[in-house]
Amino acid sequence: MAQIRIDQVRKEFGEFTAVQSSSFTIEDGEFFMLLGPSGCGKTTTLRMMAGLELPTSGEIYIDGEEVGMKPASQRDIAFVFQMFALYPHMNVGKNMGYPLRSQGMSRAETDRRVREVARILDIEHMLDRPVGGLSGGDRQRVALGRAIVREPKAFFMDEPLGALDAEFREHMAEELRALHDRINATTVYVTHDQLEAMQMGDKIVVMNHGVVEQFGKPQEVYDWPATRFVAQFIGSPAMNLMAFDGDVATGSQTIRMGDAPIAIPENRQRASGALSLGVRPEHIGFDDASRYRGKVVAAEYLGTTQIVTIDTPNGQIKARADSTVSVHEGEMLGLTFDPRTLTVFDEEGRALLSSANEGVLGHG
Amino acid sequence: MSSFSVTEPSRRMKSFAAFMVIAYAIITLLPLLWIIATGFKSPSDAIAYPPKIVFEPTLEGYVNLFTTRTRQTAEFLAENPPTTWYEKIVAQYGMVIAGPSRFGERFLNSVIIGFGSTFLSVFLGTLAAYAFSRYRIPLKDDLLFFILSTRMMPPIAVAIPIFLMFRQLGLSDTHAGMILLYTAVNLSLSVWLLKGFIDEIPREYEESALIDGYTRFQAFYKVVLPQAATGIASTAIFCLIFAWNEYAFAVLLTSGQAQTAPPFIPTIIGVGGQDWPAVAAGATIFLVPVMVFTILLRKHLLRGITFGAVRK
Ligand SMILES: Nc1ncnc2c1ncn2[C@@H]1O[C@H](COP(=O)(O)OP(=O)(O)OP(=O)(O)O)[C@@H](O)[C@H]1O
Ligand SMILES: [Mg+2]
Repeated sequence: MAQIRIDQVRKEFGEFTAVQSSSFTIEDGEFFMLLGPSGCGKTTTLRMMAGLELPTSGEIYIDGEEVGMKPASQRDIAFVFQMFALYPHMNVGKNMGYPLRSQGMSRAETDRRVREVARILDIEHMLDRPVGGLSGGDRQRVALGRAIVREPKAFFMDEPLGALDAEFREHMAEELRALHDRINATTVYVTHDQLEAMQMGDKIVVMNHGVVEQFGKPQEVYDWPATRFVAQFIGSPAMNLMAFDGDVATGSQTIRMGDAPIAIPENRQRASGALSLGVRPEHIGFDDASRYRGKVVAAEYLGTTQIVTIDTPNGQIKARADSTVSVHEGEMLGLTFDPRTLTVFDEEGRALLSSANEGVLGHG
Repeated sequence: MSSFSVTEPSRRMKSFAAFMVIAYAIITLLPLLWIIATGFKSPSDAIAYPPKIVFEPTLEGYVNLFTTRTRQTAEFLAENPPTTWYEKIVAQYGMVIAGPSRFGERFLNSVIIGFGSTFLSVFLGTLAAYAFSRYRIPLKDDLLFFILSTRMMPPIAVAIPIFLMFRQLGLSDTHAGMILLYTAVNLSLSVWLLKGFIDEIPREYEESALIDGYTRFQAFYKVVLPQAATGIASTAIFCLIFAWNEYAFAVLLTSGQAQTAPPFIPTIIGVGGQDWPAVAAGATIFLVPVMVFTILLRKHLLRGITFGAVRK
């Protein structure tokens, strides 16, 4: 079990920079999510940590030791590939025992360990089967089993549930998380599914175009996005970004959108120009007394809640409301925004520090 | 009303397909059967017209194939009556066996050169294909094109330079020379075929093995090779068939020591009296190794040819 630290790691493929200087730390025993859209460099980052790709520059530490130049085989980690990479010419048991045999472990001891892990994963009965005929979920378990038998310092998983259908994914996600809690190994998990990341992760790093946008606990990342990209990538519906032109002074506690003053957490960083206000759908309230108004475009019923789409002077937004609230298409509504939860983004799309988010973003 | 299915061919369609396959098999197999049958005919049956379908089988052709004979006087034959079955066969013609023919040697040459060059082509081809498939190689595409371009004309077009080169290098009429030549010709096919097969094997398998603590060579040997078995088998068959049947270079470059069976078999026809059964017997025996080899690897070959089409 180990702490893993990435320090200023970069990766170039010829002219193309797949990962820009990135740094973050994965604590011992953490379930760590690498989240981002397709092509953002998640796999590349993970492969560098695993030793399958050499970083162009920067350092990688596993357990305090610099491993950047160490081959994968000496890093004592296990990797679960998206397509599982089970050896088709071996049966389930052989697949799982394969990493142990490479370390010169005796046949008997290998068998014992394989059996033990197979019991944990509930695949004991299929040890003699060829891997060819297994279902997606069973392959997944075998791939995990092959990773677990090694008792490695860390598990690296590249979209391990990507090949499964939606229903089964959720089930396997729970199983994976439970397994992690049981063996308590450091796990780095790559996904482009923000829900999966939020549900399973102790910590999330959000990447975009090879850049680490933010890194923190799911709740922190959700509540206090560091960039507009994170704000929009996480949450469904995503955070609303309401564009406005203006000035925010240090210490200011309101902004003006149109002629309506809107209360925000005390600002700590002055900015001006084309700004935007980030507000989560669930933090929008309806109050006829409010001077800030918008017109209902649509309402989507979701059971206990509904998503109301509203046209405002600062763009279309989505609000999450109790489904008991009755709204009608075309109706003008007074809107309120929970002042404790708002984030203002500057022209470059960076969140301005405020009394509310400086605890999360201040150190970065 | 007859039931109609989109996926399942109709009965009539199936019997038509079966008919076509059988007809094709007969057309292609007929010459083969003819050769095999001729090998067991007596010389007079072999040239009988109309051809004899039913005949009394004899091993004469095979005896003649493997022996050299000389004519003897009746007195000599009376004094030394033939003892073995093959001596009896030649005695009918007033001959005695003088010794073994060269066929055994030539056949052995074919085996050594055919299988030797096949092994080398596949061995070198696999290594090259793996490198082309997995590593960043400068000018990779140009190199691959260059390798392919060696087959863009019939190899025999360069017969004269090769003939001269072989003479200079002392490779004429040597096993090593012929193995080298056939390997060189087969290598481009082998590299290209095998690269295709290895490209299809996901890298993750090797990477998995690397992470599990194997060296790159172990990963290649234990993970890639077993999965490339299909490709290796089918490549080997193609290489063997070429090397085994090659005639032109064999005629040109070998005469004694390293002569293979193809240029030798026509010479059996002999002087005086055309010994068709012996030629046919030689051709029949010549067929056996490739057939056995192909049958042994049949399973792989079929899967190999449809590779990519069948594998999801
Ligand atoms: N070996 C390589 N050579 C050249 N470019 C590469 C190589 N590997 C990755 N890339 C490029 O680097 C970028 C990041 O790739 P990476 O596989 O890390 O993305 P990802 O975040 O894992 O995406 P996905 O969700 O699609 O798996 C992509 O644009 C990809 O095309
Ligand atoms: Mg990826």
